[in-house]
Amino acid sequence: MSLEKITKISGRGVCVPGDEIDTDRIIPARFMKCVTFDGLGEYLFYDVRKNEDGSDKQHPLNEERFKGATILFSGVNFGCGSSREHAPQALYRYGFRGIVAQSFAEIFFGNCTTLGIPCFCATKEDIDTIAAAIDENPELEIALDVENERIHFGDQSVTAVVRETARKALVEGRWDPIGDLQEAKEQISEVAAKLPYMAQG
Amino acid sequence: MEPLPSDFPFLETILVMQKSLFEKVWDAHAVRELANGQTQLLIGTHLIHEVTSPQAFGMLRDLGLKVAYPHRTFATVDHIVPTDQRQEPFADPLADAMIRELRKNCEEFGITFFDLPSGKQGIVHVVGPEQGITQPGTTIACGDSHTSTHGAFGAIAFGIGTTQIRDLLATQTMALAKLKVRRINVNGELRPGVYAKDVILHIIRQLGVKGGTGFAYEYGGDVFDNFSMEERMTVCNMSIEGGARVGYVNPDQKTFEYLKGRPYSPQGGEWDQAVERWKSFASDPDCEYNDVVNIDAADIAPTVTWGINPGQAISVVETIPTVEGSPESERANVAEALEYMKLPAGEPIKGTPVDVCFIGSCTNGRLSDFEEAARYLKGYRVKEGVKAIAVPGSQIVDAICKEKGLDKVFVEAGFEWREAGCSMCLAMNPDKLIGDQLSASSSNRNFKGRQGSPTGRTVLMSPLMVAAAAVTGEISDAREVFGVKEPAAI
Repeated sequence: MSLEKITKISGRGVCVPGDEIDTDRIIPARFMKCVTFDGLGEYLFYDVRKNEDGSDKQHPLNEERFKGATILFSGVNFGCGSSREHAPQALYRYGFRGIVAQSFAEIFFGNCTTLGIPCFCATKEDIDTIAAAIDENPELEIALDVENERIHFGDQSVTAVVRETARKALVEGRWDPIGDLQEAKEQISEVAAKLPYMAQG
Repeated sequence: MEPLPSDFPFLETILVMQKSLFEKVWDAHAVRELANGQTQLLIGTHLIHEVTSPQAFGMLRDLGLKVAYPHRTFATVDHIVPTDQRQEPFADPLADAMIRELRKNCEEFGITFFDLPSGKQGIVHVVGPEQGITQPGTTIACGDSHTSTHGAFGAIAFGIGTTQIRDLLATQTMALAKLKVRRINVNGELRPGVYAKDVILHIIRQLGVKGGTGFAYEYGGDVFDNFSMEERMTVCNMSIEGGARVGYVNPDQKTFEYLKGRPYSPQGGEWDQAVERWKSFASDPDCEYNDVVNIDAADIAPTVTWGINPGQAISVVETIPTVEGSPESERANVAEALEYMKLPAGEPIKGTPVDVCFIGSCTNGRLSDFEEAARYLKGYRVKEGVKAIAVPGSQIVDAICKEKGLDKVFVEAGFEWREAGCSMCLAMNPDKLIGDQLSASSSNRNFKGRQGSPTGRTVLMSPLMVAAAAVTGEISDAREVFGVKEPAAI
């Protein structure tokens, strides 16, 4: 299986400010009653975007000027909580192709990488600066350079970090590991054979 | 220097590195290093449920793949099952479609399914240990972040996403970066009325909700030595709420006693060999940890959350934090939490009126949780206007509670006794908060909207504290309400 090498994500940005934005916030559990991931994009951040009668609340994703943004900026420990892949799936299906935050929760980070969504860690100051620039000009072109771990916005750029294992997987086109995992069939059997609990009962 | 003779008595000791359980289990299951530096790790035990697995089976079909080791995957249904009446089809067509999909997938791929009619259905993290599937020295994964629960047995257990479920189904392996290990010692003796739930809420409060990112937590010390297996499970369960994907306790005699005779435990002559093997996985006494944290058991009080993440916790005798009194970096978060929770800053949390009381979940839905609450609840009544539900973690927990008459104690006190499932922990079934109801809950997450209403409020606490809140209709100190004097661990 040959995968796209993800070296650069370009597009417009939007900032959803806040720390500890958890996976229940990203996709409330009631929308996980489904047997496919189709249509999850519609429910992204549902309870913070919509009133109970379905009308819009004030939220960056409801602002016309940020429509079509593909890069999301946020705060500390983004994606904490549940292991539900529904969260990165909802972000992807809504249209996001890259995320920048001060830090990420572990399981969420891994789920994003496996879907080919690069997660960049940047400082609060840099995120605030970029968020202010986007606020001033929502059309601002942003580029996430995965290979060189930099974020370009307008004519400026800052350093950001993508965890090395994820960065390599993305730029080498190995972010979905299924192909690599399948190659090792014999080695898997050898390891399994040494583990008594793996025996057919 | 002359090389040492091969029969030199200390050679082995010199050469054998002191290792933690995490490293030993990791090494025993490592298949190879992948090109990006991650490890391809064999996951011996794969647990699945109806919410996160259907898409994985779909991906498997799309790729034309089979399940590589079907006898090492076990399924149950827990998140979406109604707890009031179990007649199928379920009233909710989406929930009904999910259980049917799981049945179909298990049948097609030859996977053992602890389905509703089996009498063994329950929350996946209750069922695994109960069946003896969860064993020391093994690797376990499940598409659920509370999979860390199984670490109570000295297993390394990971919560995973759906694409990784696909990877496991197809290859029984997944790609992972090795974690660091933090040893958390809780020494001394817990004070009366302080439980495992308070221990983990205290740890998260101390180390923060992201303090464990990149770490496996190894819990130890007097308190964990004295804890029952169920208490160890409660603590390991919430490791992820502190950011740690994995949490575990080294296996000991209690672990082996718990497992002996369970359906999937080694039987007959294999038992003794298994125990010897399991013992060898325990961390070596002089192994090096990446970090060590020491906590004094006497410092832990009955703990409750006041905010919108499990780290926003205080002891029940403290006052709700104020924005001004909080560290500058935390002020925005404190303000956001206070606004959502509609709680008065600076006032005692005790006395806050509650609308709903929930005892259950993979954190606190086991036999000992109901036993302990029932022991004190006898003779008390749930306050008028409070909705109180008790939801056993599995059909087996339910059956044992009924055998012991515990369900009657709850029902006589005014609780509803329900059927097994995740229920109001995340409200994917009909058990939900309404509007901005405030819930005293023995579950694990107090995120905004977690219990089914976008404005619903959750206060996490131990089962006995939930029972106390049910009786008084407000957040209370269970020690005062029930006159708890005797030591907690008996």
